[in-house]
Amino acid sequence: MLTRAYRHELNGSRLQRGAAQLQVDDVTLRFGGVIALDGVSLLVRQGSIHAIIGPNGAGKTSLLNCISGLYRPQGGQILLHEQDPAADLTSLRSHRIASLGVARSFQNIELFRHLTVLENLMLGRHVHMSHRLVQALVWFGPARDQEIAHRELVEEVIELLEIQAVRHSPVGALAYGIQKRVELGRALCLQPAVLLLDEPMAGMNAEEKEDMARFILDVNELKNVTVVLIEHDMDVVMDISDHVTVLDFGRVIGDGPPVEVSRSQAVIDAYLGEGDAA
Amino acid sequence: MSLMEAPSHEIVTASAPSVDRPDTFPRLLADRARRDPDGIALQEKRYGVWQPVTWRQYHDRVRDFAHGLDLLDVGPGDVVGVLGDNRPEWLIAELAAQALGAAVVGIYPTSVGDEIVHILTTARARVVVAEDQEQVDKLLGLRDQLPDLHAVVYYDPRGLEAYDDNLLRRFTDVEELGAQDRGSRPAWFDERVSAGDAADAAIICTTSGTTSRPKLAVLSHENLLSMGARLLQLDPLVAEDRYVSVLPFAWIGEQMLALAVGMRVGFTISFPEEAETARADMREIGPHVMFGPPRIWESMLSDVQVRLAEAGWLKRAVFAWGHRVGERGAERRVHGQRAPWRERALLAVADLVALRPVREQLGLTRLNRAYTGGAPLGPDVFRFFQALKINLKQIYGQTEICGIAVTHADDDVRFHTVGRPTPGTEMRIADDGEILLRSDAVFQEYLHNPEATAGAVDADGWLHTGDAGYLDDDHLVVIDRAKDVRRTPDGDMFSPAFIENKLKFSPFVEEAVALGGEDDAGITAILTIDGQTTGNWAEHNHLSYTTYTDLSQKPEVQELLAAEVFSANQDLPDSIRVVRFVVLHKPFDPDDDEITRTRKVRRDVIEDRYHGVVTALTEGFDSVTIHTTVTYQDGTRAERELELAIRSMEGFSPAPRRRRFGWSAG
Repeated sequence: MLTRAYRHELNGSRLQRGAAQLQVDDVTLRFGGVIALDGVSLLVRQGSIHAIIGPNGAGKTSLLNCISGLYRPQGGQILLHEQDPAADLTSLRSHRIASLGVARSFQNIELFRHLTVLENLMLGRHVHMSHRLVQALVWFGPARDQEIAHRELVEEVIELLEIQAVRHSPVGALAYGIQKRVELGRALCLQPAVLLLDEPMAGMNAEEKEDMARFILDVNELKNVTVVLIEHDMDVVMDISDHVTVLDFGRVIGDGPPVEVSRSQAVIDAYLGEGDAA
Repeated sequence: MSLMEAPSHEIVTASAPSVDRPDTFPRLLADRARRDPDGIALQEKRYGVWQPVTWRQYHDRVRDFAHGLDLLDVGPGDVVGVLGDNRPEWLIAELAAQALGAAVVGIYPTSVGDEIVHILTTARARVVVAEDQEQVDKLLGLRDQLPDLHAVVYYDPRGLEAYDDNLLRRFTDVEELGAQDRGSRPAWFDERVSAGDAADAAIICTTSGTTSRPKLAVLSHENLLSMGARLLQLDPLVAEDRYVSVLPFAWIGEQMLALAVGMRVGFTISFPEEAETARADMREIGPHVMFGPPRIWESMLSDVQVRLAEAGWLKRAVFAWGHRVGERGAERRVHGQRAPWRERALLAVADLVALRPVREQLGLTRLNRAYTGGAPLGPDVFRFFQALKINLKQIYGQTEICGIAVTHADDDVRFHTVGRPTPGTEMRIADDGEILLRSDAVFQEYLHNPEATAGAVDADGWLHTGDAGYLDDDHLVVIDRAKDVRRTPDGDMFSPAFIENKLKFSPFVEEAVALGGEDDAGITAILTIDGQTTGNWAEHNHLSYTTYTDLSQKPEVQELLAAEVFSANQDLPDSIRVVRFVVLHKPFDPDDDEITRTRKVRRDVIEDRYHGVVTALTEGFDSVTIHTTVTYQDGTRAERELELAIRSMEGFSPAPRRRRFGWSAG
């Protein structure tokens, strides 16, 4: 132990900062007669915080579900430029997408409530572990070394997110704000190329929101991880994101840096109701 | 014995400097590294695991860092500032500086602005070792006021990767450059260590400064080591003892045990992972010895009180019984008496069912010796821990005498005294009641302040403590700061601190300031509530509140505190009972100068700042409107206006209620 610096890279991207990383191209998603996404296109650049905003039912979560493979869109493609040629996520199953480095958190907390924080985070390393049944059963040689190596990375995530004090607590017993942080941590343990966060600050009080915003910024600035987040709180979005895409009724109605987007008439109309914006 | 008298059959090599005379800390370290190279000197919890540093590694890191400091132009007589939480690097920096003949001055990690500037400019520090981004940001923000500063060495680089400032150096880089430098002059470090003198300044500690800005007391290796030797004579510790370092190294108390005693005995110092995990880490280690200021013990007591109040009737009853038995046992133990077998048997049962479980919860099961010092601890708190079979003892001493001059012996503890002088310490009570002390642990001087030094130590070497005290059965009883001691209209002497401690025994009262008493208006008090325990109480009583301020002004809370004041009054003589009190809207804050970093109330600041409140209390008004200026951490200020109710104790009789806790507070 000589240095206190971070020793593990949490960013799984191979791209240069600023390079086109995730390209959503003319994606259309229908549920029967309802059109959830209607020709949505956007471009996420490596190392940015990209916010997707819009009123309820605008299709934000649907879009995230398409990216992570939970929904399969009827039209368009979603390209992840991590390898050459780029992978089209619309044709892959969700576990394949996860192993390509797309990690996500959910709007409702999806953790194993009866496992400890540490165990939940170790599960985030699952995609990076190789398993030999016999070795794993007897906890011997490579299986043991592997577990120790992964634990080191997990501990670094615990330090980054400042959850040392609850390391061994069952997740179900923790405060909501901390659970959300653990969920962020689990996604980070994947060493993601792109981190998808679905309303990471929903239901939080002002202080918890501030904490969460700080951790998202830390993850992005210290670790260079690309963050795509859905958020309702406009103040938060304007403060922390580099790029904003606005959806309304499944269509993109605004796209650009936060300052620009907040001035756009179409966005103001969508948020405040047409005609009231004057 | 001179340096050159190293035994001739022993080859003095680079790794074996002259350690036949381990009378400085660097020489002690070299001695340990040679005799027990693989023993664990320090351990820190990181990544959820205790990470050991052996004596050899410790020594080597100190050596390399000393080379690095030399390259940064630190030399004999210089002062290196250290600003950060307790980590191995703190001690490495300290010992490296000492090896060069320099000294360190510790700054409390919570310090801000003027305080940091005052300490660093007084010490003329040119190199500061800072922990992390937070501390580095503070220093960079103050650089215009710190013209001497030419290097800031940080040891936690996280978040600092993108900083590009020519002041900044990484701790590990300094070590690495030092290691390279060592290649060109391998014997240099050992020569420097051998050249050190026991009379050299080792550490500079800030005085707690309840009266003025902190002064910088210079303590030599000899001061510290002789103090350590004295304490060990009274309370032998062994290398296997466990010690957890949680209180700031800027405080003499921590330096006293971790460094002066620790290096002499050679025990392992454990550093907790984070402040939030300190309690859990402490339980894991199970220390044998511990030193905490009264607030640590008071907060542990509050903890126990709250949890007992929440426990079922059976547990409360069992604890009440066990505690009574424990109290009787303590009474005998502290007088060195052996209890009859029947009492011993009872005590064993009480220990099993009531006392040990509580010690276990507090992580104090292994504790052989515990000390409290720095401020007076209320006798009731003291008695409570003794009844738990915790060997808690008072320490009395100032920074100027290395923190300890008077203490209790194991079998000779009195709850209202601070004990007898340690072996080799002389004590005298001056005609005006001031306590005077003399020993070779008396400090060298206040740095660059000969006037203050002359005021503190007289020509015969007596340290004037500024405290008033008297002897009771050869034990020293400290009344209070001499200037704080007051007389009732009848001429009886009394100490506000005595009243305040009675009030602070309540788990709901965090701080108390007792006012008046010298005329017929009687004693009044300013109280602040303990937000945690009072908040819990409010929750249990279905009392909703928003902020600390809101909670403190609830009529129900006022009523609760009136009952607490009433029960404190029961233990006070009639002439010094509290007749009125006010609950302040905010806790005392060191950032507002209201309380020192070691949590001693600055009475004059309080009386000045809350002048209106004091007047209203004395005059007996029903309420008072206050305007306050709040200084935030970032230095901005805000004005507030608030009405505080003044509660009179006249005609108060507590509502009949179940006793909250199972023991008597008398």
